[in-house]
Amino acid sequence: MTKVYVSSVIPAPAAEVWKLVRNFNGLPGWAPFVAESRIEQNAQADQIGCIRNFVLKDGGRIRERLLALSDYDLSCSYAILESPMAVENYVATLSLTPVTDGNLTLAEWQAEFDCAPDREAALRHQIGITVFQSALTALKHRFGR
Amino acid sequence: MVKLCQSTIIDAPVDAVWAILRNFNCHDRWHPAIAFSEIVGGEPVDAVGAVRHFRLNNGGVWREQLLTLSDKDRRLSYCLLEAPLPLMGYVASIRLKPVTDSDATFWEWRSEFNPPAHRRDELVKLVSEGIYQAGFTAVRNLLQRQNRGMPIGPSPAIAVAPSPASTPHVARMAAASQVETTRAILVERYGGPEVVELREIALPPPASGEVRIHHTAIGVNFIDVYCRTGFFDLLQPPGVPGMEAAGVVEAIGPAVSGVSVGDRVAYACPPVGAYCERRNMAPDLLVKLSDDIPDEIAAAGLLKGVTASFLLHDVHAVKPGSIVLIHAAAGGVGQLLVQWARHLGATVIATVSNDEKAQIVTRLGAHHTIVYSRDDFAESVMRLTDGKGADVAYDAVGNDTFGGSLAALSVRGHLVSFGQASGPVGNWDIGRFSSKSITISRPNYAHYTDTPDKLGPHIKRLFAALRHGVIRIAPPKTYNLGAAAQAHRDLESRLTTGALVMTA
Repeated sequence: MTKVYVSSVIPAPAAEVWKLVRNFNGLPGWAPFVAESRIEQNAQADQIGCIRNFVLKDGGRIRERLLALSDYDLSCSYAILESPMAVENYVATLSLTPVTDGNLTLAEWQAEFDCAPDREAALRHQIGITVFQSALTALKHRFGR
Repeated sequence: MVKLCQSTIIDAPVDAVWAILRNFNCHDRWHPAIAFSEIVGGEPVDAVGAVRHFRLNNGGVWREQLLTLSDKDRRLSYCLLEAPLPLMGYVASIRLKPVTDSDATFWEWRSEFNPPAHRRDELVKLVSEGIYQAGFTAVRNLLQRQNRGMPIGPSPAIAVAPSPASTPHVARMAAASQVETTRAILVERYGGPEVVELREIALPPPASGEVRIHHTAIGVNFIDVYCRTGFFDLLQPPGVPGMEAAGVVEAIGPAVSGVSVGDRVAYACPPVGAYCERRNMAPDLLVKLSDDIPDEIAAAGLLKGVTASFLLHDVHAVKPGSIVLIHAAAGGVGQLLVQWARHLGATVIATVSNDEKAQIVTRLGAHHTIVYSRDDFAESVMRLTDGKGADVAYDAVGNDTFGGSLAALSVRGHLVSFGQASGPVGNWDIGRFSSKSITISRPNYAHYTDTPDKLGPHIKRLFAALRHGVIRIAPPKTYNLGAAAQAHRDLESRLTTGALVMTA
């Protein structure tokens, strides 16, 4: 089991950031690497079990199932069903925590997955830096920094 | 039920912040509201269940118990056991998370409690602002001071041991084309005070992993006498005695980190060699001095203070209500033991050799003082305790008092023999100790202090105790370095009270 963890401080109140990231179908609106997204079978984007089917700007297609969504904890968990990355048992969680001092937000994004040992370092980098961290950086810029 | 949550971002790596916060007894080092704190019963600070007992600057006494400590989640929680405020059912937790893109730390502090309705707003404000937000600011400031290398530290300002991975400082000392020298006291052979001599000896540049210290004040201790006489083999003649001093770091050898030229430091540790103007030594057990600890107090008090700390907390955990017998109570360690044992809530019975010393220890807070040259102290202890005896006897006098100390103990009493000023205690048949199930300890300073981890808690406790007036170290009697023989004579003649230091 490989684990990846990244975090950033977003210069906006948690409720505001949550409005944006709670939309399971909303990646194209803020994640720099996503071109388009839809929810399969006409489900609602906050319906647990729904599947988002999105296309990366490099052409790759990913399907992910919503496992958990909490407006109380400000967190969202999902699993990969299909992707160009050779990962198994991939479960990720994006969560927000208010920083009362300055009314900011701690955004954490973590994932656990299995993969071939020789691919582990490359996947950790790809998921941690190229995907999660660059998306959090985009969130920071979007909210003013 | 009120629920509070305050959080902030600290611009320091999460491990640095956690190193401060995970220490359940460290808050008096950083929180501005807290005057003094200690762990009840000398429990380890990271033992879940440990109780910290602390006093605020406004005088209020609090007790809190550690409920959770997780290095995995960087989280701890604790509850209030006693407070001067009605924070009923108060349970709080602290957790840290890393901010990976800026190497910063998210710190959240939350709590729940039931205040009386009419004081709710006042208490919420006090906890949120007076405790949590003030704490955030204080830790932020502490970390900044640490970054600037100022000598106040949470993990009691112990200099970091040299690490091969760290950037080595370039030695400031030029390669010695001409041999440098320093004035030092040399023991040519084991013997009386007459064997010590002031000499000029060679002083090489600090080697790899060493720093050079320019001494300002050098502690004179009975252990130095034992080194001089050969009772301890810490010194091989010809050699320089002395294990305690304060001064300034003057130069740094290669592969040293955590110490800077100009740092005010003190030490109380082997190897011997403190009786000199300047020396080189490894920085592992150097203690950085904060501004409020003068050099001569450090040189007078570090060895004795650390000794008192481990004697009262580790060798025997003195508790409120303990009956503690302290011999040579007007001596260097004795004076600290009297004050500190009293602060810990013990009944202190002190023995001294004359009336003048009796007055001193009475002023320091001894509940009962016995002049042992006049009265049989074992009988006196039994009389004062209604025949019960002392729970623990601290005896550094040795031969003259050992038998009396045994007689003065209670059933299951503990004799802590930590010196032999009047001579070795000789041989005893331990079978006799079963008559009262007596325990005997013969602690060795090094075994309680020879690593930064062992020494650190004692330094922290000692400095806090000094800072908050739990113990006071009287200004020491001072001698010139050249008068080392006289200092030893005075110490051995028992003419002195309190500490002796030499100025280099």
